[in-house]
Amino acid sequence: MTTISSDHVKASPTSDIAFILKKAFISAAIALVLFSLMIGIRTEAGPTGQLIYWTRFDDLAAIVAAVFGGSILVEALRRWVGPIRPGSLVPASVQGAVAQSSRFLAPALLVFALFVPVIFYNQRYILDLGILVLTYVMLGWGLNVVVGLAGLLDLGYVAFYAVGAYSYALLATSFDLSFWVCLPLAGLFAACWGVMLGFPVLRLRGDYLAIVTLAFGEIIRLVILNWQSLTGGPNGISSIPRPTLFGIPLTNDDDGLAARLGIEYSPTHRIVFLFYVILGLALLTNWVTIRLRRLPIGRAWEALREDEIACRALGINTTTTKLTAFATGAMFGGFAGAFFATRQGFISPESFTFQESALVLAIVVLGGMGSQLGVAIAALCMIGGFELFRGLDQYRMLVLGMAMVLLMIWRPRGIIGHRAPTVYLKKAEAISSELVKEGHG
Amino acid sequence: MSDPLILSVDHLMMRFGGIVAVNDLTFAAARGQITALIGPNGAGKTTVFNCITGFYKPTGGVIRLKQTDRADIALEQLNDFRIAKLAKVARTFQNIRLFPGMTVLENLMVAQHNALMRASGLTFLGLIGAPSWRAAEKRAIDLAVFWLKRVSLFDRADDAAGNLAYGDQRRLEIARAMCTEPALLCLDEPAAGLNSRESAALSELLLSIRADQGTSILLIEHDMSVVMEISDHVVVMDYGVKIAEGSPQQVRDDPKVIAAYLGADEKEAISVMESGE
Repeated sequence: MTTISSDHVKASPTSDIAFILKKAFISAAIALVLFSLMIGIRTEAGPTGQLIYWTRFDDLAAIVAAVFGGSILVEALRRWVGPIRPGSLVPASVQGAVAQSSRFLAPALLVFALFVPVIFYNQRYILDLGILVLTYVMLGWGLNVVVGLAGLLDLGYVAFYAVGAYSYALLATSFDLSFWVCLPLAGLFAACWGVMLGFPVLRLRGDYLAIVTLAFGEIIRLVILNWQSLTGGPNGISSIPRPTLFGIPLTNDDDGLAARLGIEYSPTHRIVFLFYVILGLALLTNWVTIRLRRLPIGRAWEALREDEIACRALGINTTTTKLTAFATGAMFGGFAGAFFATRQGFISPESFTFQESALVLAIVVLGGMGSQLGVAIAALCMIGGFELFRGLDQYRMLVLGMAMVLLMIWRPRGIIGHRAPTVYLKKAEAISSELVKEGHG
Repeated sequence: MSDPLILSVDHLMMRFGGIVAVNDLTFAAARGQITALIGPNGAGKTTVFNCITGFYKPTGGVIRLKQTDRADIALEQLNDFRIAKLAKVARTFQNIRLFPGMTVLENLMVAQHNALMRASGLTFLGLIGAPSWRAAEKRAIDLAVFWLKRVSLFDRADDAAGNLAYGDQRRLEIARAMCTEPALLCLDEPAAGLNSRESAALSELLLSIRADQGTSILLIEHDMSVVMEISDHVVVMDYGVKIAEGSPQQVRDDPKVIAAYLGADEKEAISVMESGE
């Protein structure tokens, strides 16, 4: 088979057309093979359980024709306009403006987040969605410490989320401790589990590390599922106490916040309160992470991601450095878990499946590993965007998948693909993602 | 009374399966001097380095780091990072190992990790921004700036290390090693890939480190002009054993050394030399 390169641009127009047509025919043939079963034949379970099917050849023909036409269009554009690069799609002036505005994006997002409960006070759905997005922002920032900074691929992050949630649920229901007492304890327990996971995986790298962390996440879930006497097994734990405002419950009782303030009770009060609690927790995560990056431990994490052998040659204890990364990330996961338990009022192992780990990891990778702002934007897009496409019904997974593929083509290192230095003499210049290593375990 | 030696290697043995990379090697490095370890490719020089800096655990033998005020440290019993941390042995690598995605300044800050870790109260003092931590960080930056000026990279301080030219990366790696304030600096082919002007600048830098900081230097080098110019003592290895030792002049005239480098057997090499003179 002959390979056809883009050097053919200067060839004669007839050979150009022949090439375009040939490519379009190949694409259409592939589409025909692929979609003949996926679209051409539709199967369904009949009323008595037997398989019934019918053909949709008109849909199939339309799709194949669309691929044929699209292939000609794309190839023709590529001939006349030249190869499409992400840079050439957007004019330089617009790119400059975007770069300028991105400096104000983080404060703008923060101010917007602060005012969400005010703007959308009467829209319970938006408030709930906001809480969900912020929970994932916090989880993303927590995992970012492990994956983004230390470069340790962790596929079992949901384990720490589960440990935090169950710690709070069990402490609160068994010992009647308040949310604000349990929160640090939940973080502490999760951090301990982080260290326990860290020890056996210290020697592992890359794929092996990912598999062991994945297994760890499943182990925690299966233990919770089967330890009936403690965790209630698949029935979960219900009637978990709601958080209080320093001891003042947000209920309709006489000693509730509404009664004390002398205002009319509304269930939205609690939602707004929860919103600010998770916003506060997320901002705490962000603040601590930003602080840690500028401390020797944070620099050691990043150095570990860049080159572990060089770290050891400089006298850095890579064991404790890795363990602190795991523990710090796990602690934030535990905080988020405790919040999740108090918000839901009910938890069960079903909430802590691998899907959650994958979603949080996707947020970190999409956001740009190590970038705090990128993770926040990615969480907003992934969780908020997923809700946004709800109207598209069964196509929303398709749209989301397409969006991710396009993003990975144009911005392979995530939305914010550069690294900001932690210390500088004259001017902090962003470091191109091409130089920054992803880490290898 | 300070010990005239900084490092003594006795009967060092390193086997990889059936292959003997280093066989009964004994040599010493004098305090405050530059000792060069030379030999043809595959002679086992880097293996010796990896044993000294703890990246390999020697199969046999004793490596002692002598300290003036304290007991000797048995390097063969320490783990890699402890050798750098406790024994103050810093090293560079044959294939440069910088942190390419971090700035030049950050590279030098990472090198001061252990000192900064103590100053930041194991992170907790640093997290609350204690004044003692701020002062320590400022001192660390000052030390980094001092070394940046010494290796003439001050103007590149805020650039990514991966963006530096090859020669600059070599010098940065030496500066990074020096930021750990080592007693013994081990350089694995620091002049590899440098042009003659850069090699000369490197020689000057190493001589000034020896003179100003009093750091003892152990170096592996192929560039004979550098070795002959700056070394106080040269150890020559071939096939894992020491074949000669002495001043640069002595070593240069040693028939065994010439034989090893020319790849001929001893008698032949001597005859080649005699006929040449």
